[in-house]
Amino acid sequence: MVAVAPDTSAAEDRVSVASNWTLVWWRFRKHRLALFSAGILICLYAVVIAPDFFSTQDPELTDARQAFIPVQTLHLFDEGGFKPWVPGIVGKRNSVTLRMEWTTDPARKAYVGFFVQGYPYRILGLFETRTHLIGPVEANQRIFLLGSDRLGRDQWSRIMHGTQTSMTIGLVAVTLSVLLGVLLGGISGYYGGLPDQIIQRMIELLQSVPTIPIWLALSAALPRDWTPQQVFFAITVILSLVGWTTLGREVRGRFLALREEDFVLAADLAGASRTRIIMRHMVPTFLSHIIATSSLAIPVMIINETSLSFLGLGIRPPAISWGVLLQEAQNIQTLALAPWLLIPGLLVIVAVLAFNLVGDGLRDASDPYSH
Amino acid sequence: MNPAPPLLSVRDLHVSFAMDEGLVRAVDGASFDVLPGQTVGIVGESGCGKSVTMKAILQLVEQPGRIASGEILFRRRTGPAATDGEEVVDLARLPSRGVEMRAIRGAEIALIPQEPMAAFSPVHTVGDQIVEALQLHGRQWRTDGGPLSRKDARQITVDLFRDVGISMPEQRIDAYSWQLSGGLRQRAMIAMALSCKPRLLIADEPTTAIDVTTQAQVLGLLRELQRKYGTAIIFITHDLGVIAQMASYVVVMYLGRIMEEGPVDDIFHAPKHPYTRALLRSIPSLYGRARVALPVITGSLPHPFNRPAGCPFHPRCGDVIPGMCTTRVPSLQNIAARQQASCFLYHDKADPA
Amino acid sequence: MTRYIIQRLLLLPFLLVLFSIVVFAIVQAPPGDFLTAYVATLASSGSSISAEHIAALRHEYGLDQPMAVQYLRWMQNLLSGNLGLSLEYQRPNAELIGEQLTLTIALALLSFVLTWVIAVPAGIYSATHQRSFFDYLFTVINYVGVATPNFLLALVLMWLAFAYFDVGITGLFSSEYANAPWSLGRVIDLLKHIWLPALVLGIAGTARLSRVMRANLLDELNKPYVMTARAKGLSEWRLVLRYPVRLAFNPLVSTIGWYLPALFSGSLIVATVMNLPNIGPLLLRALVNQDMYLAGSILLIYCFLTIIGTLISDVLLAWIDPRIRMEN
Repeated sequence: MVAVAPDTSAAEDRVSVASNWTLVWWRFRKHRLALFSAGILICLYAVVIAPDFFSTQDPELTDARQAFIPVQTLHLFDEGGFKPWVPGIVGKRNSVTLRMEWTTDPARKAYVGFFVQGYPYRILGLFETRTHLIGPVEANQRIFLLGSDRLGRDQWSRIMHGTQTSMTIGLVAVTLSVLLGVLLGGISGYYGGLPDQIIQRMIELLQSVPTIPIWLALSAALPRDWTPQQVFFAITVILSLVGWTTLGREVRGRFLALREEDFVLAADLAGASRTRIIMRHMVPTFLSHIIATSSLAIPVMIINETSLSFLGLGIRPPAISWGVLLQEAQNIQTLALAPWLLIPGLLVIVAVLAFNLVGDGLRDASDPYSH
Repeated sequence: MNPAPPLLSVRDLHVSFAMDEGLVRAVDGASFDVLPGQTVGIVGESGCGKSVTMKAILQLVEQPGRIASGEILFRRRTGPAATDGEEVVDLARLPSRGVEMRAIRGAEIALIPQEPMAAFSPVHTVGDQIVEALQLHGRQWRTDGGPLSRKDARQITVDLFRDVGISMPEQRIDAYSWQLSGGLRQRAMIAMALSCKPRLLIADEPTTAIDVTTQAQVLGLLRELQRKYGTAIIFITHDLGVIAQMASYVVVMYLGRIMEEGPVDDIFHAPKHPYTRALLRSIPSLYGRARVALPVITGSLPHPFNRPAGCPFHPRCGDVIPGMCTTRVPSLQNIAARQQASCFLYHDKADPA
Repeated sequence: MTRYIIQRLLLLPFLLVLFSIVVFAIVQAPPGDFLTAYVATLASSGSSISAEHIAALRHEYGLDQPMAVQYLRWMQNLLSGNLGLSLEYQRPNAELIGEQLTLTIALALLSFVLTWVIAVPAGIYSATHQRSFFDYLFTVINYVGVATPNFLLALVLMWLAFAYFDVGITGLFSSEYANAPWSLGRVIDLLKHIWLPALVLGIAGTARLSRVMRANLLDELNKPYVMTARAKGLSEWRLVLRYPVRLAFNPLVSTIGWYLPALFSGSLIVATVMNLPNIGPLLLRALVNQDMYLAGSILLIYCFLTIIGTLISDVLLAWIDPRIRMEN
């Protein structure tokens, strides 16, 4: 017991001098599932940075003769060693339905390599390269790791590009919401009076708006000749227009509560400026909470974007997002024929789940009163 | 001394909590008796196990805690009439959610909880919550064993309210707890506790959450009601002043162990255990010298996961015997005619580790 | 509280006027009008229409008037209970919306009921059996339920039903009842079809609600009044239902304020995917075709339903919580 005592006090010292962020990290680390989800999100954002690097084909490359090719399962071992390959695909036109029917032919193997040369692209628009993480060893072959759609486009590569759009839109829309929410909520809570009244009424008004119909109406109002970039930006703004209100309310509430706290009064009496009190004393107390709330708001944005695009009023082709990809799965007959078209949906679920788990983990970890 | 057999007899009670960080022994071998109509005070700092002892008696220890060993022998009535017999049950053996235990809770042993504010549900009227208890234990009021009608239960509640000194009982009975003042709330709580004529009342710091003037009234009320109904009371508090007013027998606890117990006069006038002495020294007195710092107990309460070896009090004790108190745990022994203490200053009997 | 609700009711007309302006601004915002869209549709199908005819139509519909005049005309009609004429269908909007609105509300309300019937017991079970197998199972279902977009779930169910059981699960009526007048048989037929879309619509809400219930109840179970009730000798399940569950209900009721409106507007997506008679798909089509009075009327109905949903939650909350009821 005597020997243990210094140890525990050393641990206690470590805890008592650790910064708030270190404490949050220590607590977050304990949530295994949240940590794992954070890993998934990092992978997804790696795709966001350079979707072409992860693609096996140009996502826009169409070939009507290769429509609805089923998933070519990736096999890792061949000839007694690590040598990834996918089985070849043989097509035969059904004389009755006139549809192409595809069968796999394991005898004809298409070998798959890593860091292979493929179609040229630019990373972040900066430097040009032909290197792809994964692709057929023989450059003229086409492989469909997740099948192809009705125009013979490779779903794997399209999903990579869809990931870029969908994950970015969630992040940007939430960033906009946070900026608006913190700014307006802060003004409302710190200054009170007339600004507070105006902002509160505005929030109430926006919160009694039926979100989905209004989003649809706004999206429908976007000019049809806008570029994909313009549409992307407009959709982001539309999504964050309502998103900021919840956060704005929360920030206002925090400011109202904190204004009465002794440490704010102490800072005031010590002659600290208003900006300094807000930035150095008040904001840090709820910053981690805001981060947790935002990470829970991103998945909502992703679902909303996907839904809008699925209905044809969000991101428009030729831009690719998960929702745009799922539009291909709208027809039940098509779906019965090519169920792999639902795979983008799986990705939506995985991404949203990961964000929710990370968000929950962060929220628990950022609560200074949990243990 | 007293010919009557004890109403409640706690024997070597151990309650432990299996936490992620390790096993916490919240009550570690407590033994004491409560005679019929007697008031026993349990005194100690927060975390000493006094509240857990109370919960154990009612079988209300919550997960992950459990009664590890020991006996809680209670003499329960076999019927409502005075002529009915009595039998001894070991509460520690009764299943917590079973019918038997539930028939004892409220009817035989009642509780006055710590915070009257939070102890009533805010969305039910006070009267409603008392009527519920009455109807549950209707046989305490109806000798024929039949159920108590709502109307009768309500009338009893009104009478009880009048008994505990609540004015306008007919109106107050339909009030919500947050509409009552702190003192009234505690009076209503006392009314609820007494509603089913229990023979033992456990008062868990009943006056900590209310202001001093009301405190005195509530204590006076409790004494008066005890005389009237002959209820035994276990009075839990950290306030030695309250103990001196209320209790006839005192149990002093520290870190889950009983340090000393005995009649109130002996404990206050001839404290034996260094912990009791230190506690008594730290009470401000009207007759003390002015501008002299009040003696305090040095050191701080150890963390429950970090219990010191040997006597739990030894790191803060002025009379510590090196090699003795630091390694062995003193057991509770008779050290005077009616006084017991667990301290090596008076005997050398240790508990098995 | 009563004062607060009366205040809200008095505010309702003002809110609706405000919304009507916003709605009108949005529906007429797309460049061109219904006729440009109409001409484009005609052109894509190979037929054409003379310029004079278009000008005549434009004048007839009042589309050549200034915005403010168009808005005032719309408002004037609305106030006299006339929702206007659908430019596309050439039928009164009220007629178009009529039955679909009933079915929209029915779908949302049924979904709401299903949500509560499932979420509340699941939440209670999870909280009282913390860390049990079913608690973990519910938690997993909840996370996945929240993460699955409505339309995706609908799509998967429709695909499974079609591909493996060879049944269609779209629509709300069997073919023989689709256009029949209301009868007992039609209601039964409706009930046979509506539960699945209602479930799909409510899945995310059910997941969220049962988590709210679980968290609230866990909080309440640690409150001192629970100990008081136990010390009275109440049986455990009766005690849990009578006290902590009752209190955990209050925050749950306050979720109605956002949940009911979310169901009304969320039904749009499910209805579109599952091809249900609902004002959602009608709105979608009206938006695409720039049938602005129809779109505007539907949007205004959504606004109205949203405000009503919030109001219902306030009234319910005051009704069940004496602390709110007895304020001032």
